[in-house]
Amino acid sequence: MLAIRGGSKVMKILQIERLKKYFPIKAGVFLQVVGHVKAMEDVNFGISKGETIGVVGESGCGKSTLGRTIVKIYEPTAGNISYFDESGREHDISKGLHRSVRPLFRRDVQMIFQNPFDSLDPRMTVRDIIREPIEAHNLVPSSEMDGYVSELLMKVGLYPEYAQRYPHEFSGGQRQRIAIARSISVNPRLIICDEPTSALDVSVQSQIINLLQELREENHISYIFISHNLDVVHHMSDRILVMYLGNVVEASSATELFDNPSHPYTKALMASIPNWSPENRKLQDVRLEGEPPSPINPPPGCPFHPRCPYRLEICDKQKPVSRALSEDHSVACWLYDR
Amino acid sequence: MSKILDVRDLKTYFRTPDGVVKAVDGISFEMMKGEILALVGESGCGKSVTVQTVMGLVKVPPALVEGQILYRDRNLVGMSNKEYRNIRGKEISMIFQEPMSTFDPLFTIGYQLTEVAKAHMEWDDQKTREEIISVLRKVNIPEPEKRYREYPHEMSGGMLQRIMIAMALITNPEIIIADEPTTALDVTIQAQVLNIMRDLQKEFDSSIIFITHDLGVVAELSDRVHVMYAGKIVEKALVSDLYNSPMHPYTRGLLNSRVKREYKGKKLPYVEGYVPRAHEFPKGCRFNPRCPHAMELCREQDPPEMSISETHAAACWLYGEDQRL
Repeated sequence: MLAIRGGSKVMKILQIERLKKYFPIKAGVFLQVVGHVKAMEDVNFGISKGETIGVVGESGCGKSTLGRTIVKIYEPTAGNISYFDESGREHDISKGLHRSVRPLFRRDVQMIFQNPFDSLDPRMTVRDIIREPIEAHNLVPSSEMDGYVSELLMKVGLYPEYAQRYPHEFSGGQRQRIAIARSISVNPRLIICDEPTSALDVSVQSQIINLLQELREENHISYIFISHNLDVVHHMSDRILVMYLGNVVEASSATELFDNPSHPYTKALMASIPNWSPENRKLQDVRLEGEPPSPINPPPGCPFHPRCPYRLEICDKQKPVSRALSEDHSVACWLYDR
Repeated sequence: MSKILDVRDLKTYFRTPDGVVKAVDGISFEMMKGEILALVGESGCGKSVTVQTVMGLVKVPPALVEGQILYRDRNLVGMSNKEYRNIRGKEISMIFQEPMSTFDPLFTIGYQLTEVAKAHMEWDDQKTREEIISVLRKVNIPEPEKRYREYPHEMSGGMLQRIMIAMALITNPEIIIADEPTTALDVTIQAQVLNIMRDLQKEFDSSIIFITHDLGVVAELSDRVHVMYAGKIVEKALVSDLYNSPMHPYTRGLLNSRVKREYKGKKLPYVEGYVPRAHEFPKGCRFNPRCPHAMELCREQDPPEMSISETHAAACWLYGEDQRL
């Protein structure tokens, strides 16, 4: 509601506030909860129509948990998820999907998973895989179904004849195209892409990224693009969230983040990307030591302080809050707290 | 520099229900003492099968291995398992991709490293333990005495990968084969592991065959590069030549598919089509269906290795005598 007030054309799809997800660890005969995996802490952002938000971080940083909590695979431990339907009405979906919202939300928000070898049912033909969501939402009469499936296959760069085949007959890149065809079949406004290219070969990765971009331009789809690959996230996204150990440590527009990385972790991440230039080898200059600590027992204070080369007195005592460096750039680090 | 490994016309074929898979189809390369040689290619190009054949990990039969692998004037192809055991793990050792699944979860790190040392070195218990702890320290494992008694699940992926490097180094091998050693790791950990590998290569003066699909990693680490595609080596070059003047259209495609900053808002350049599957390789040059320069000749005949300079060669008809651009 807020977003469309004042005749603004920017239409919000999701608004996320202080989102948190802990997974209980159960042990003993009575499966008592003995601790929590603190997968995600205090994530805030909003996404509007046509916008792409990138989420970047290393394994265990909570980026997949974020994606899965948003599509309601996981229930959040705390925090708010507001979903705005096509007419701009706000629905609070943080406590489960109400019956009246579910069909809207399930159609509007789709997901593409990392591994196209696991995300397609090996016993269904491509036609059945793509048809399933369309039938579930009653979008196309069955007489027009085959034509619609062919159209979708062509849109993602596959031949319509492939509809008869099974997933095992395809390569990884082709399977990811099938998964994309399935996700766009119900005309969603938001697609959550969880590492959509990391299982693919480099020469195929670019094809899939181009396809996702074409679809965005054609259909004004928004993406939440989750990846460990900074270059790919930069290419796809308007805004980027950098996550470390469940926390968003830096949030900024994509260009600003690359021009002006501010959090020591973001800097280290950028320095660790190999250079593709044998004359300018740079990895020997990487100063980052150690490995990310366990999210079961995160360190006190700033989650990054045990590895941080710029550690201050206060860093292991108090957790830094996110503060704005400029209009579209915020960072959670004590170095910028002056 | 002396030649330490000489692979000549190596072929590794597998019989499958879908037909014969020519995983490695007639490749030749040499390796010098103390160099880091990268084998680069995408999934299914035969890079892993190549080194598994060199390590004698391909079972013959059912597989079919032809050609020669000359290591110190001995041919490893057709060598008995018993003889192989004196070389494998001792003189040629291997680092695998998945540190989490390479170690046996039931035994301590110390036990598993001792097993390797006992099999190849004539050390007493005291000396074995000392050597293991010293090599663990070399790969930057903090508190190696404590880690010695711990199990694989108590360690992170990056730490296990460094322990695997320690395991490969303990017998002080001539050649270390590293099969995608950093692919399963995060970039910040990858940087640490690559730095350790480079430092230790200098210290031990070993030769490393480094297998990867990541051209960024290749640029950081290797001296020479061989690019593989569909069971063949398509380009051989010094690392600087490969990045500055790539010759084979596939190599160019790979180098172009890097996601650069200046592409933002634009289309990414890409290689048309998909990698062919091993039992359905096309006739002629195996890259021809995806190649922007494919000619009549490419669809008919497999190109031989064309020499471009003393250290640079490409298997492509574009560089044939009569086709030179």
